[in-house]
Amino acid sequence: MSKRLDPALAVFLALLAALIAFAAWLPAWAQSLLSIALATGMVVLGLTLLMRTGLVSFGQSLYLCLGAYAAGILNSKYGVTDMIIAVGAGALVAGVVAFLLGFLMATYRHIFFATLSLAFSMILYGLLVKSADLGSTDGFNLTAPTIMGIKLEGALSQRYKLILGAVLAAIATIGLWRYLRTPLGRLAPAIRDNELRVEYMGASVRHAVHVKYTIAGLLGGIGGALAALAVGHIDPDSMAYWTVSGELVFIAVLSGSASVIAPFLAAAVFETLRMLAHDYSPNTWQLSLGAAMLLLILFLPGGLASVLVRRSREPAP
Amino acid sequence: MSTASSRSAAAVLQARNLRKQFGAVTAAGDISVGIERLSVTGLIGSNGAGKTTFVNMITGYLKPDSGTIEFDGRDITTLTPRAITRLGIARSFQIPQLYDALSVEENILVALGTAARNGQLGPATAPRGQASRLARQQEEQALAQILSQFQLRDYRVRLARVLPQGVRKALDIALAMVARPQVLLLDEPTSGVSSEEKFAIMDMIMTALAQQGVTTLFVEHDMEVVSRYAQRVLAFYDGRVIADGEPKRVLQDDDVRRYVVGMSHAAPAGARSHA
Amino acid sequence: MQQFLAVLIDAVNYASWLFIVASGLTLIYGVMRILNMAHGSLYALGAYTAASFVGFWSTHGYFPAGVFLMLIAAAVTVGVIMGPLIERGLLRLLYGKDEIVLLLATYALFLILEDVIKLGWGVDAYYVSQPYGLLGNVTLAGLSYPLYSFVVVGVAVAIGVGLSWVLNGTQRGKLLKAVIHDREVSQTLGINVSRYYMVTFTVGAILAAIGGAFTAPQISVSLGIGVEVIVLAFAVVVIGGLGSLPGAALGALIVGLARSLAVHYWPAVELFCVYFVMALVLVFRPQGLFAAPELRKI
Repeated sequence: MSKRLDPALAVFLALLAALIAFAAWLPAWAQSLLSIALATGMVVLGLTLLMRTGLVSFGQSLYLCLGAYAAGILNSKYGVTDMIIAVGAGALVAGVVAFLLGFLMATYRHIFFATLSLAFSMILYGLLVKSADLGSTDGFNLTAPTIMGIKLEGALSQRYKLILGAVLAAIATIGLWRYLRTPLGRLAPAIRDNELRVEYMGASVRHAVHVKYTIAGLLGGIGGALAALAVGHIDPDSMAYWTVSGELVFIAVLSGSASVIAPFLAAAVFETLRMLAHDYSPNTWQLSLGAAMLLLILFLPGGLASVLVRRSREPAP
Repeated sequence: MSTASSRSAAAVLQARNLRKQFGAVTAAGDISVGIERLSVTGLIGSNGAGKTTFVNMITGYLKPDSGTIEFDGRDITTLTPRAITRLGIARSFQIPQLYDALSVEENILVALGTAARNGQLGPATAPRGQASRLARQQEEQALAQILSQFQLRDYRVRLARVLPQGVRKALDIALAMVARPQVLLLDEPTSGVSSEEKFAIMDMIMTALAQQGVTTLFVEHDMEVVSRYAQRVLAFYDGRVIADGEPKRVLQDDDVRRYVVGMSHAAPAGARSHA
Repeated sequence: MQQFLAVLIDAVNYASWLFIVASGLTLIYGVMRILNMAHGSLYALGAYTAASFVGFWSTHGYFPAGVFLMLIAAAVTVGVIMGPLIERGLLRLLYGKDEIVLLLATYALFLILEDVIKLGWGVDAYYVSQPYGLLGNVTLAGLSYPLYSFVVVGVAVAIGVGLSWVLNGTQRGKLLKAVIHDREVSQTLGINVSRYYMVTFTVGAILAAIGGAFTAPQISVSLGIGVEVIVLAFAVVVIGGLGSLPGAALGALIVGLARSLAVHYWPAVELFCVYFVMALVLVFRPQGLFAAPELRKI
């Protein structure tokens, strides 16, 4: 319970700082890969917060998609090209929707939570596919973003997307790390373990779940906006369909919920593997994912995070 | 039964005409009981007599079909377990309700954090649990106190999942005590504990409770434990209280001997000796 | 009036298809507490295998009506091979774990099987028009319908009646209900629970494959057909109440009607009306229409 920064988190923050400092020297493909990994990691960070509470959302693409479309619509329909505003809008829209749906979702558990979240994401998918103004299934492209009034072209644009992602990842991990040490944050594993006891301690399980669901949605929206900026294109199939949520769940399982940095590591591993599979073996990509997931479930149920935090479980001298 | 109403003047907890029916089974048939402040009351009766139902109704897990429950003169009949806990009535469980994947220390810290948020640890604690240095120090102190009171120091970093039964029981009660309740209901605090350990555990619990000044009710099958720790005994049978009074008198009562002591698995009082 | 009838007929056709797929899903959940995401892949495997079997039958010029036998043979082959393989090889290792863990495991299986199909049948679409063409059309209320759609309705009814009979009318069905009620007690009573699980999963797999096999003639059998069906089947069983067979039937009818109404009157909502209904039902009856909530004993 010391208030010193967790060593793994400190290392991660140092890595992010190095990334920001040396972004210009990274090859374009690596910048793009890392931007997408940071965006995905942000969404998965929210998902692991829910997992920590014992909840698995099979519809987190809802918030990814809301964030992406909020950013994309501002960018290409209203000409608001600023990246920071785009991310803010994504966070706001996703956060508000999560807060509202949270009143309902906070009363559901287990597979009911999983399936209801799936239903909501599919409703959004259905809406977007029929929205001709937003390009239906084709989606639409974003125009080149700016940051605080500075026009960004080509390589510069890509570098700033990466830097923005890294800064937000640092803020999110520190923020969540601190939150998990507050009384409300500490309730997460307690709720997963024993809701009855939580209520008999005088804490509201429903309220605690609602707060966590809202945070997860907010992070999903930020991740979605970052993803829209990083890719420069959005469409319902790659943002909202349930298979997107499935991928996010996969990364969350790979990550595990015991560490705030593991989601970003898992996302980086996932995006790297996806890139390799795309080049070398496109027909066995899902097969490898599935096999890896089964191995994780059977042999490393705590994910990467359980490797990261194992040391701190040992009794203090 | 008349004793109950005569005590009600000083009662911190007052149940009036509680009824609860599960299909054809009467779990509570017109129970009226008043509990004096700082008293220690034992609840006895065979399985299915209505003891746990009584505890569940007081703590809000079950709503009575009719009747009222007052705490400090306030009607709490329809409140949720959470609201009742916040008012100052805590409970432990027959099967300990712990956070199995967390360590003993983390279990207690979760409870401390919640109690602090609810303002149950006194005004000096930061109400929103801000990680100020003061709050942190107080938390450490409170943790150390609970660990020592319930003899949990040696288990501090062990996961709750792997604790021996007696320690699980102690932790379960410790979690209930964290919020400094006025009334504590213990549901079979010694069940599943070996008979050699029973008195050690009860001594520890009762010492801790006496230090903090808590009104205590405990459900117990072992008549030896009851006669040693209770100031008053309520004997349940078929959803009713068939005897109420000092342990000595209640345990000698003909009905109690026939319906409670004789039928329960506990030995008659005094049959076993202990040092 | 005519349009209304058309809505109803479409609804029943769609509901029949949904019920076939959902019945296996709800059976497996009811007995084993596994929400099987790989159900969609078994459905797809059924469709692909049916395409191969019917193709084989037709190119050899055997008697034409035999293609219907081929549909059934394809489904049974898929179920009998994949059912025990999945249940013995994977799920058995995870019994006793959280329902969510099993959900994740079957999702992993779904991913694997999607690529297995790709590797086995390639990326090109298959067409299995023979059973469809064989039967021709019927005219109902002035509209022409392929007679084959009503074969699917017949299959759905047969499955519903058959399953109810097995569950409620036979000794084995009653034993199965005992297993559902309490696994441990059943074990101590000498019921071979592990075998019931394997048989149940296999039957569920066959039902999924029947869904795919009998759908194959109506669609182009191509990659991704299992992806959509699994979420639709989820919606159906969640609406009806997980593990309830009558619930699955009612859920299928509700979803069928909702979709049919949308297609005819409000095409813009076609894609999400199903999930909207699902969310609506869950809001008011979290356990679904046919399942009872549980109270924990303390």
